[in-house]
Amino acid sequence: MIVDLQRFLANERPVWSELEGMLDQLEREPGVRMSLEQAQRFHCLFERTAADLAKLRTFSSEPETRRYLEHLVARAYGEIHETRDRHRGFRPLHWFFATLPQTFRRHLRAFAMSLTVTVAGCLLGGLALALDPEAKPVLMPFPHLQQDPAQRVAQEEQATADRLAGAKTTFSAFLMTHNTKVSILTLALGMSWGVGTVLMLFYNGVILGAVTVDYVAAGQARFLLGWLLPHGAIEIPAILIAGQAGFVLASALIGWGSRRPLTARLRQVSGDIVTLIFGVALLLVWAGFVEAFLSQYHEPVIPYTAKIAFGALELAALTLFLARSGGTRRGRDEETASFINGGVPAKSERASA
Amino acid sequence: MNSPSLEIRTPEGICFSQMLAGPIARFLAWSLDLFCILVLLTLVSYLALLLIFVSPGLAVALNTLGYFVISIGYGIVCEWFWRGQTLGKRVCRLRVVDAEGLRLQFHQVVIRNLLRFVDALPFLYFVGGVVCWFSPKCQRLGDIAGGTVVIRHPRLLEPDLDQVLPGKFNSLRQYPHLAARLRQGVSPAEAALAVQALLRRDHFQPEARVALFAELAAHFKSKVDFPPEATDGIADEQYIRNVVGVLYSEH
Repeated sequence: MIVDLQRFLANERPVWSELEGMLDQLEREPGVRMSLEQAQRFHCLFERTAADLAKLRTFSSEPETRRYLEHLVARAYGEIHETRDRHRGFRPLHWFFATLPQTFRRHLRAFAMSLTVTVAGCLLGGLALALDPEAKPVLMPFPHLQQDPAQRVAQEEQATADRLAGAKTTFSAFLMTHNTKVSILTLALGMSWGVGTVLMLFYNGVILGAVTVDYVAAGQARFLLGWLLPHGAIEIPAILIAGQAGFVLASALIGWGSRRPLTARLRQVSGDIVTLIFGVALLLVWAGFVEAFLSQYHEPVIPYTAKIAFGALELAALTLFLARSGGTRRGRDEETASFINGGVPAKSERASA
Repeated sequence: MNSPSLEIRTPEGICFSQMLAGPIARFLAWSLDLFCILVLLTLVSYLALLLIFVSPGLAVALNTLGYFVISIGYGIVCEWFWRGQTLGKRVCRLRVVDAEGLRLQFHQVVIRNLLRFVDALPFLYFVGGVVCWFSPKCQRLGDIAGGTVVIRHPRLLEPDLDQVLPGKFNSLRQYPHLAARLRQGVSPAEAALAVQALLRRDHFQPEARVALFAELAAHFKSKVDFPPEATDGIADEQYIRNVVGVLYSEH
């Protein structure tokens, strides 16, 4: 049987036009809230159009009308069946003080892995330099690190002119963008089942370990702390969090111990990954400012003790923020349970996030 | 070759499909976007030049930050505010949608754009292109991570079938029992073929048009044998028009 297309079009066209009008309005104003009557009417129009599509697919194969109806049904389906939160206006303070630290805590295992890989890299880099100091150009292939640490400290402390005069803003912008790109790459390489993320973190660790051993062996530990701690206290955790996001992605991709399909696993973590990487970007903006405006100034301009104290204070504040901010006692219990159960998200946290 | 499509089945049991965009169309759209990004970067650098008299350091910093923000933010901002489209995608009539047909979320847009860092490796989106080529849903890595697909979004207007279904005299309707038999014996695919031939008739070369309608008329005549007075003196194209009239309209 083939439908009476003329009568079918005459009867149904007003329904399709009304649905199309409502969809256009919803797409123009995503924040608009329908009244109950409007929602009922919208649902009724969707069901009728879907039924028309089914009828047309079964009894006629006029392709243009079918494609038009498929397009309408697809648009309406997305509006009706979406169960995730509608974008209700972004609350930056709530996001920063609650969502970000909660998300960080929800994926503590991934952070622990990120930290472990970096520490392993540090140990290898440090050990390699201690055993073979000639390997310095290979381990730290950066011109400004090739100098003897004692010589560099002497130069820095005797400098009378500000070598960053007029270039601090530029240097700061360069640091922010470069470090953010590295962090995004570390996250994105999670798509290589985490292998790329491991390599990035490990390589960073190797450089950090080699630099540390180089300066400590030369008796310049105080200079090193004063130089690295003010910005490193934020920058290094930021890179670790980017690694954490990469491992969250890799873990969803691999899906160990989960029976959910790949798309559902990725869908579950994608919001958290975005939260983490935005948090990383904010931390790196701060670190960029500190590195350009503070870290490059040494004694006698700024006492090392003050710089070390500043860095330690930053690290303590960051640790406190990530560990406690946005959590209730009940929430913390659920987080602990979630951590023990292998990172399964806590119910109340997911709801509040 | 049929273009790949994304089939979605709703809880109501309705199936619908969306045409997926292949790597070539997407590359074209990306090329246009790259051009737009370059234009924006040029504008920012001119703006920075103005600042150079105030503070050269600030001008260079603005340039560096502008490059970074535009190259990363262009895709995110456009796709979020234009519901899955950038300027290049608009021109090529492509759109990013949720892979399950649901509403596109902000974090999906962000993830698919951040993952460009891997898709673009080692040059000119080689990784993304290869993955897209072999993916059943034509997804690059960013699409897989974000749960999105890129569909073709042709301009769809309500079809104008009135031109093939006018209320003119139809000689086949004089024989209602044979018309009913025709309706029973013709499959939807055969009927669609006849409709499409009529809708596109002006696009054919004259010889091809005559040959096509002759073949179609012969096919439909073999289905039901109408008496000579209903078919004699009617051109093959008119015969097909009458057949379509019978198939798609009871009156």
